[in-house]
Amino acid sequence: MSELEPIGILPSESDEEKKATDQTYRKMVSRQFKKNKLAVAAKYVIYFLFLLFILADFLANNKPIVAKYEGEIIFPVFKEYFVDLGISKWDTKFLNIDWKSLEYDFKVYPPIKFYPTDVDLFNSSTPPSIETGHFLGTDGIGRDVLAGLIHGSRVSLSVGFIAAGIAILIGVFLGSIAGFYGGKVDLTIMRFIEIMQLFPGFFLIITIVALYGSSIWFIMIAIGLTTWTTNAKLTRGEFLKTKNMDYVQAATSLGLNNSRIIFRHILPNAIAPVLIAASFEIAGAILAEAALSFLGFGVAATKVTWGSVLSEARGSISSWWLAIFPGFMIFLTVVAYNLVGEGLRDALDPRLKQ
Amino acid sequence: MSQYILKRLLLFIPTLIAITIITFAISHLAPGDPTELKVGVSNESMKADEKSQINEQAKQYYKAKWGLDKPLYMQYLIWVGNMATGDFGNSFIDNRPVMSKILERIPVTASITFIVVFLSYLIAIPIGIYSAARQYSFADRFSTFLLFVFYSLPGFWVATMGIIFLSNVEYFKIFPTSGLTTLGSDNWSFIERLWDRVHHLILPVICSALASFAFLSRQMRGSMLEVIRQDYIRTARAKGLTEKTVVLKHALRNSLIPIITLLGGLLPGLIGGAIIVESIFSIPGIGQLGFQAIIARDYPLIMAELVLAAILTMIGLLVVDILYAVVDPRIAFSKK
Repeated sequence: MSELEPIGILPSESDEEKKATDQTYRKMVSRQFKKNKLAVAAKYVIYFLFLLFILADFLANNKPIVAKYEGEIIFPVFKEYFVDLGISKWDTKFLNIDWKSLEYDFKVYPPIKFYPTDVDLFNSSTPPSIETGHFLGTDGIGRDVLAGLIHGSRVSLSVGFIAAGIAILIGVFLGSIAGFYGGKVDLTIMRFIEIMQLFPGFFLIITIVALYGSSIWFIMIAIGLTTWTTNAKLTRGEFLKTKNMDYVQAATSLGLNNSRIIFRHILPNAIAPVLIAASFEIAGAILAEAALSFLGFGVAATKVTWGSVLSEARGSISSWWLAIFPGFMIFLTVVAYNLVGEGLRDALDPRLKQ
Repeated sequence: MSQYILKRLLLFIPTLIAITIITFAISHLAPGDPTELKVGVSNESMKADEKSQINEQAKQYYKAKWGLDKPLYMQYLIWVGNMATGDFGNSFIDNRPVMSKILERIPVTASITFIVVFLSYLIAIPIGIYSAARQYSFADRFSTFLLFVFYSLPGFWVATMGIIFLSNVEYFKIFPTSGLTTLGSDNWSFIERLWDRVHHLILPVICSALASFAFLSRQMRGSMLEVIRQDYIRTARAKGLTEKTVVLKHALRNSLIPIITLLGGLLPGLIGGAIIVESIFSIPGIGQLGFQAIIARDYPLIMAELVLAAILTMIGLLVVDILYAVVDPRIAFSKK
C-alpha cells in the first residue's frame, strides 16, 4: 500500500540528502571540537569511566577471573553473569564459599581482590597501602574504597544517563508541542515551565526521593522530573525557528499529520541544542545523585556509591582517604561532562566558526 | 510600568494556585504514613498484639488530629484556606506552628545567602571584566580554567575536605566544625562574638559560594565580551579613549545588565544548596529544618518550605524584571 503513495518515496530521498549534509556538518563540528584540547581530554576521561562501568566486575571482585580448581578450569566471574541471568547455576561445592580460601592449581585474580561490599575485618579504617591490597584504603567496617569507586561508577553513570534521558523525553515532547502549536498550548506549557523553575530543584528532588522511596529508579525519575525545563525551552526555541521553513510547509501540503511533521521532520533538525545540553544535564544528575547518597538518601544501603563512600568520611574524620578519592571521582566525572558539553557548544556556535 | 507590575502581580494568583497544587500533590500522594513514624517510636516493652492495638489507636488519633482522615481535596482546601490567613499549620514533630519554626530560622539562612550572593558578585564582576578585557591572555585562560573547576566542584566534597583537613586536630585546626557559635560565647564581648560568628561562617560560605561565584564570573566575562564587540565601543576606541575608560565606563554598564538579572535565578539553587551545606555544618537555618522535616515526613513543614521558597523566587524574579527596566532604558514593558 505504502509504495503507491508519493509520501513513501519522498522521505527516503530527503533522508539521503540529509545524510550527505549531515556528514559534512558532523565533520565540521568534530574539527572544531578537536581544537579544544581540554574537551578532547575530557572525552577520554569519559571513555575511561565507561571502561570502569563495563569492566567493573573484572577490575574489582572477590572471585578469580580464571582458575584451575580440582583439575577443572573455571571462570567464576563470567559464570556469575550467567547465574544472575538465570541461565546457569553454581555447583553445590561453590555455594556459600569464600573464593579466596579455596586451593587452586592456578588462579588469575582481578587487580583488586575485593568486592565493594566485602568486609575485611582485619583491615578496617586502614590507609592506602599495597601490602594489604587495599590500594585506596578501607572504610570504617573494612570495605575496600577502590572497589567501591569502580563499582560506584555504575550507579553514577546509569543515574546520569537515564535521568538526563527522562529529562530529555519530557522536555523535548512538551517543548516541541509548545513550539509547533503556539497560542494557548504554548502559553500553558511555558507557564508550567516557569512555575517548575520557581521550586528549589534539589529540595524537590530530595523530597520526592525521601517520600517515595530511595530506590535508584526513584532517584532517576526525581532528577528527570525536576530538570526537563531547560530542554523544553531549547526545543521550543528551535521549533519556533524551523516551523515556518519551506520543508515544513512542503510536509504540511503533502497532508502529513502533525505528529509526523513534528517528530519526523522538524525534530531531527531541532534536536542539536538539546543534545549539547544533555552533557551538562548528565553532569548535574550525577552530582545530584552523589549529593543524595552523601546525605543518606541514596540507593539501597547495601550498594556502594561515590556519595556514600564520601559520606563515610564524615563519621571517621581521621580517614583522609575517604574524603579525597570518592569526591575526586565525582568531581572528575562532573568536570569531564561539563567540558565536553562546553566543547560541543563552542563547536556548534556559529560565531566562533572560522 | 505600574500597569506591567499590576499585571505581574495578578499573574501571581494562578501561579500560587499551581505551586500549592504541585506541593500538595508531591507530599500527599506519597506512599507511606507519617503517623507511623510518630507512633512507632515508644512502647518497646509491650507485647506485640497489645502494642499493635495501641499503635492503631494512636495512629487514628493523629490522623484525625492532622486532618489526614479527610478526603484529599478537602485537605487541600483546608490547607490553602488556612495559608491565606498566614497559618501554615502545625508541625507533626512538635506541634508548634510551622510559620514560627521557619521564621526563627530565616535570619540565619538569609544572612548566609546574602553574604554568599554579595561576595560572589563582588569577586565575580572584577574577574569577569579583567578576563574579558584581556581575552586569550594567560590570565584569561588560567582564570577561565580555574572558574570551570570551581563550577564543577561538588559543594559537599569541598565541605567534607574542609572539615577533615581544616577543622581537624590531626591536620589543621583552623575552623570550627559545626554550628554558628562557640559554646559559652554568650558572655563574650561584642567583637569577640562577631569574630566567632565570622569564624564559623567561613567554611560554609566558601562551600555555598564556589559554584555561584564561578557561574557569575563566567557570565560576566561572556557578557563583557558581547558588549566589547559592539559598534559604540569601536567608536569609543576610535575617538582615542584609553582602554580603561572604554572598558570601565562604556562597556561595563551595559555588560552588568544581564548579570543583575541572574540574581533571581540564583535563588532556587541557593535554597536547594542550603540543605546540603546546613546539614553538613549543623547550621540551624531553614535548609537544616527542611532536611529534618523531610526525614520525619513532616508534611506541613515540607509544604510550607517549598511554597515559601517558590514565592520568594517569584518575588525575586519580579524585582529583577523591574530592575531590568530601571537600568536599561531600551526595555519598556508598556507599549507606547
